[in-house]
Amino acid sequence: MDFIGILGLTIGELFSPFTIAYVLCAMGLAMHFGFTGLLNFGQAAFAGLGAYGFSISVLSFGLDWWAAALVGILSAVAFAFVLGIPTLRLRSDYLAIVTIAAAQALYFALSASDFADLTGGSSGLHGFAESFYAMNPIPEGRYTFIVTEMSERGVFISIIGWVLVILVSIFLTALTKSPWGRVLKGIREDEDAVRSLGKSVFAYKMQSLIIGGVIAAVGGMIFILAPEYNSPGTWVTNFTFMIWTVLLLGGAATVLGPVVGGMSFFALLMLTEGVMTGLVDLGVLPFLNISQVAQIRYLLVGLALMLLVIYKPQGFLGNKKETLINAR
Amino acid sequence: MARLAPSLTMEVGLNRLMKRAKRPIGALIAAFTLFAGLLAASPAMADDEIIETEFTISGTLLDGETPLVGVTVTATGPNDFTQTVTSDDTGMFNFFVPEEAVYTVTLDESTLPEGASLAPDTPASQEVDLVGMGFAAVLYTFGTGEIQEESIWDQLIVRVFAGLNFGLLLAIAAIGISLIYGTTGLNNFAHGEMVTLGALMMWVFYTLLQLNIVIAALAAILVTAVSGLAQDRLMWKPLRRRRLGLNQIMIVSIGFSIVARYIMLLFFGGETKDISGGGNAVVIGSLYTTDVALASMGISLVALLGVAYFLTRTRVGKATRAVSDNASLAASTGIDVDRIILIVWVLAAALTGLSGVLYGLQFQAGWELGFNILLLLFAAVTLGGLGTSMGATVGALIIGLVVEISPMVIANELKYAVALVILIVILIIRPQGVLGKKQRIG
Repeated sequence: MDFIGILGLTIGELFSPFTIAYVLCAMGLAMHFGFTGLLNFGQAAFAGLGAYGFSISVLSFGLDWWAAALVGILSAVAFAFVLGIPTLRLRSDYLAIVTIAAAQALYFALSASDFADLTGGSSGLHGFAESFYAMNPIPEGRYTFIVTEMSERGVFISIIGWVLVILVSIFLTALTKSPWGRVLKGIREDEDAVRSLGKSVFAYKMQSLIIGGVIAAVGGMIFILAPEYNSPGTWVTNFTFMIWTVLLLGGAATVLGPVVGGMSFFALLMLTEGVMTGLVDLGVLPFLNISQVAQIRYLLVGLALMLLVIYKPQGFLGNKKETLINAR
Repeated sequence: MARLAPSLTMEVGLNRLMKRAKRPIGALIAAFTLFAGLLAASPAMADDEIIETEFTISGTLLDGETPLVGVTVTATGPNDFTQTVTSDDTGMFNFFVPEEAVYTVTLDESTLPEGASLAPDTPASQEVDLVGMGFAAVLYTFGTGEIQEESIWDQLIVRVFAGLNFGLLLAIAAIGISLIYGTTGLNNFAHGEMVTLGALMMWVFYTLLQLNIVIAALAAILVTAVSGLAQDRLMWKPLRRRRLGLNQIMIVSIGFSIVARYIMLLFFGGETKDISGGGNAVVIGSLYTTDVALASMGISLVALLGVAYFLTRTRVGKATRAVSDNASLAASTGIDVDRIILIVWVLAAALTGLSGVLYGLQFQAGWELGFNILLLLFAAVTLGGLGTSMGATVGALIIGLVVEISPMVIANELKYAVALVILIVILIIRPQGVLGKKQRIG
């Protein structure tokens, strides 16, 4: 078995743009779930709207990358209103069902052939990244980072991504330490108590939903800028579930939890996949074939989600006292 | 929607047609391809000039149900290949061609019998791609007899009927979700996997092991019911004991749904499984349906009435409603809450398994089946009002009708999306659902 190769892939996964995208989406979810207690199961839709807002603006309307990014962010804001207005006044499990339903409806619409002129239908979109990479100052060439090799574009998007992660971390820390953030935590712990203090719970929840959604939209843009390809198949429910696993692994009510969770989750996933593929190649696991190894990947995501919630709901970084909500 | 000639409708179940409503030609070609494959395997009744090879292009010329005899058809292909044949007594023609390539098949319109003419959207000359196929079919449609536009009312009748059928299937699974939610407070995201299990078990017992259909169905339901029992005893009951919050338990159910789904994928593979072939066509007036669909609707109705009787007339059913209303109060009157919850799990799993069996018989079974309709189930339960069985039934019928009727105005691939959008709209107007009580909202 090629241990060096597997190790290289694992380390590459720690810092890859995809990991960054998941980390950003999970930070948005930390805002929703960790700090406000909103059960948002439509994070894939927020990220997908960011991605499609960006790529459609560039391809169909010829906008510059920054204007396109703004459109992506505004789409996420609009979506937050659409979801939030009917559901934020209701019990938390309604939000869960409505967000997952809305995300699925959006996925159907994005992959439908009726809107293919705009969305590219099920084959997706590409060729939207040129104006973004036009500002790349890094000279052309191959760059080796520890063991993984990247193009100048890969290096650029990774740097941008990590800078965004740092900025969002600072932003979230400031927000959650502010009086505003304390009200959010109050809502998470006891909505009625906050309401009795005269605060508009609905408005606070809506603001949280918007901020977290915008962070996810930015994550979605990073996700498509790395491969320069936007496929509707990315923005499915499994994407949301991965984000949940990343968040719960790191710690839901922490700012850095998503970073730690994302890096360890994808490294572990790559490591198990590499080792299992190696074992299948060696014939040690005769009942499996290579394509089934990729399926087991999702099985492990599900298992991790179950075990985390049952045995370690505070994740790696969280405080046991500040775990999940017990709302009913 | 285009309706196909009756002779073909007999072969292909209505539901299959509904799925292909956008491309009836596709269904025809599929049928012909199968037919052509059979021909390729049998010795050809060859004319002198025709050499028998493995590669076949064939087709049948039918005007309505009348075969068109003696029509000249020519195939041309690479290396100056040209072959001309005439259609036989049944309107059938075959080419045996030397290689897998792209051929052009041309029908000589001057040889068509009196009164017959090609349909406006059918060109006389068609390209046929044999590459990687070995055999292929050419489809010619004639006049207006083959594809006829149905009146809007006829379409509506067929679609409303299909909607009720689908709605009833959803209802028996949605009642399971509703009962579990009512007694335990859990929004079970792993519920769809029980539908999948029911359908896949039906495939195992009926298609694979060739058991009698009733025995196979009962066995599939039994397996699903046992899975419900195991889920409650091994997972949900211990989690309730740990006093895990309801939202946490809901996330556990999401994790479990992923695990269960991928385990089924590992065992059964990714391809969809045809269980019954969709049944035989039944025509009642302007209503086209299948015997399987009719039986399924009957069974669903009986199951729903059975649940209603159970909940309102039996001691255990009344105890179930008591637990739904207030578990602690129920416990203090001597009701064994854990036992009631176990009964609810077994009952819900059995009903959901039945839904899976009926779904699999009418459509197809696959590892993602349950996950695909899970959101429709939630939509049904939420529409009707979380936790009420009657509400779940009404919600499911609404969702079923919406899913089947909406393709009349929008693209078929968006029909599930419409159902989900309606869910969101209803929540804005009436958050407690159609039949829910105001107190149930937070």
